[in-house]
Amino acid sequence: MTGKRMRSRFNEIKFLTAFYSLRVKYAALLVFQYRLATFLWVVGLIVEPVIYLVIWSTVAREQGGIIGGYTLADFTAYYLVWMILRVVNIGLHPGAFEWRVRNGRWSHLLLRPLHPIHDDIAFLIGNKALDFVILIPILILLGLFFRPDLNPTGWQILLFIIACLLGFLVRTVWQWALGLTTFWVVRVQAIFDLYFAIELLLSGRIVPLDLLPDWAQRLANFLPYQWSFGFPIEVAIGRQTWSQAVTGIGIQLCWIVGGWILVMFLWRRGVKRYSAVGA
Amino acid sequence: MNSLRVLWIFLRVGIMNEAQYRVNFFVQLLQSAIALATGLIVLALVFSYTESLNSWSQPELLIVMGVHTLMGGLIQVIIQPNMLRLMREIQEGTLDYMLTKPEDSQVLVSVRELRFWSIVDVAVGLAIVGWGMQRLASPVTLAQVLLFLLMLGLGFLIFYSFWLLVASTAFWFIRISEIVTIFQSLFQAGRWPVGIYPVWLRTILTFVVPLGVAVTVPAEAFTNRLSTGGLFLAVGVTALFFGASRGVWLWGLRNYSGASA
Repeated sequence: MTGKRMRSRFNEIKFLTAFYSLRVKYAALLVFQYRLATFLWVVGLIVEPVIYLVIWSTVAREQGGIIGGYTLADFTAYYLVWMILRVVNIGLHPGAFEWRVRNGRWSHLLLRPLHPIHDDIAFLIGNKALDFVILIPILILLGLFFRPDLNPTGWQILLFIIACLLGFLVRTVWQWALGLTTFWVVRVQAIFDLYFAIELLLSGRIVPLDLLPDWAQRLANFLPYQWSFGFPIEVAIGRQTWSQAVTGIGIQLCWIVGGWILVMFLWRRGVKRYSAVGA
Repeated sequence: MNSLRVLWIFLRVGIMNEAQYRVNFFVQLLQSAIALATGLIVLALVFSYTESLNSWSQPELLIVMGVHTLMGGLIQVIIQPNMLRLMREIQEGTLDYMLTKPEDSQVLVSVRELRFWSIVDVAVGLAIVGWGMQRLASPVTLAQVLLFLLMLGLGFLIFYSFWLLVASTAFWFIRISEIVTIFQSLFQAGRWPVGIYPVWLRTILTFVVPLGVAVTVPAEAFTNRLSTGGLFLAVGVTALFFGASRGVWLWGLRNYSGASA
């Protein structure tokens, strides 16, 4: 009995691995057709951190070159790494969930034997291949131009890569959970706006977490956001010790598992409701 | 004169159409409130570390933020929806229907769509400007207010011309939906006075995507920092963009061969 179960579990994992590798490759090939569009899109993404970098360096300069333990070169390093995270963290657009409900797209996705979240995750990973091909030379150029204080050691790079991947999963899973509310409320744009506004402030996106007031930092500790932005960045720029970084990765895993359970719970409820409507 | 009448009628129909969807108003209200709260928090955060940002005080930056919100609202209400529809119709070849009408086609394609509820952002923007004004150290003169309104008008024309230019490129290049994404991320740069950006970015924000002229200049007029040179630059850039967009539009029309092509 248990042997059989284990074999079916093993087959499932084998199937998932094959599915992911194919789907990632397919998404990557697809996106390589749209080189100009992707280039423009990456350039658009870079504007945001440049704005923050300019503002905080201006403030730092007016305060004698350092605020909240960040020097000009630290800010530069922070926002250059930020750009990597921004691309890593791209998730499903909230409009996509609305679109799926309104156009009855879930019906089609429900027919598949595999949970549609796998398809989304694999697609999002493959989709970023071209983004990185474009981003890396830009980062190197910006690095030469702006001179960030950035000298990660081997373990920092390794943990940074793991933290990036887990950060992406934290964000995608929680966004998916939020997206599932479209089964109950069709107009979710305002809910997503609120979600992203909080993310902007409490994730380390607009400002490093150390610069937030104490109460806001405490509040951020109860939310998943910083594990997708602030934490991986701080690992790369050397603001996390080895043990802090490893603990952080553990916390990331907890947020993923928590979000996953929530997704499965909402999914089961939502699908019942969805079919009840008769779409 | 006839153009103005047509414009007015289209606007009225647009408003009546949108007024049917009351829920949209509340959704917009909620979204504007979220955006406003975020903007104010960020401003408070910056000014918790410093007294002034590149010689702009907090109330003065409130005015920049107000102008930015107001302009964003105007773009959402009328400019962007019309230009997106125009691009779609050029791609699909359905622009023909518009060209057979006797009125100037540029006027027609600019007023057909109205997302009226985004007017909330215009109101919010004006309120922020008013609030900033109250907190300014020195009182604002009538001349400053008039100059401010004039510069707002120029700013609107600049955004309109910029969008028409971008939309007209659809006559030659087809896939350009990313333009909206790029514009929206660049538009965020206008939340701060362009003077704080490095020269290369400031140049882009003056001559390529003229946010600096359309958002910073009105705020400069209001806070008494606009020099005569700056004024002439604003008028010049507006004339340049307006003329160029009209030219490219007409050129594109000659190039356009319709659905049967």
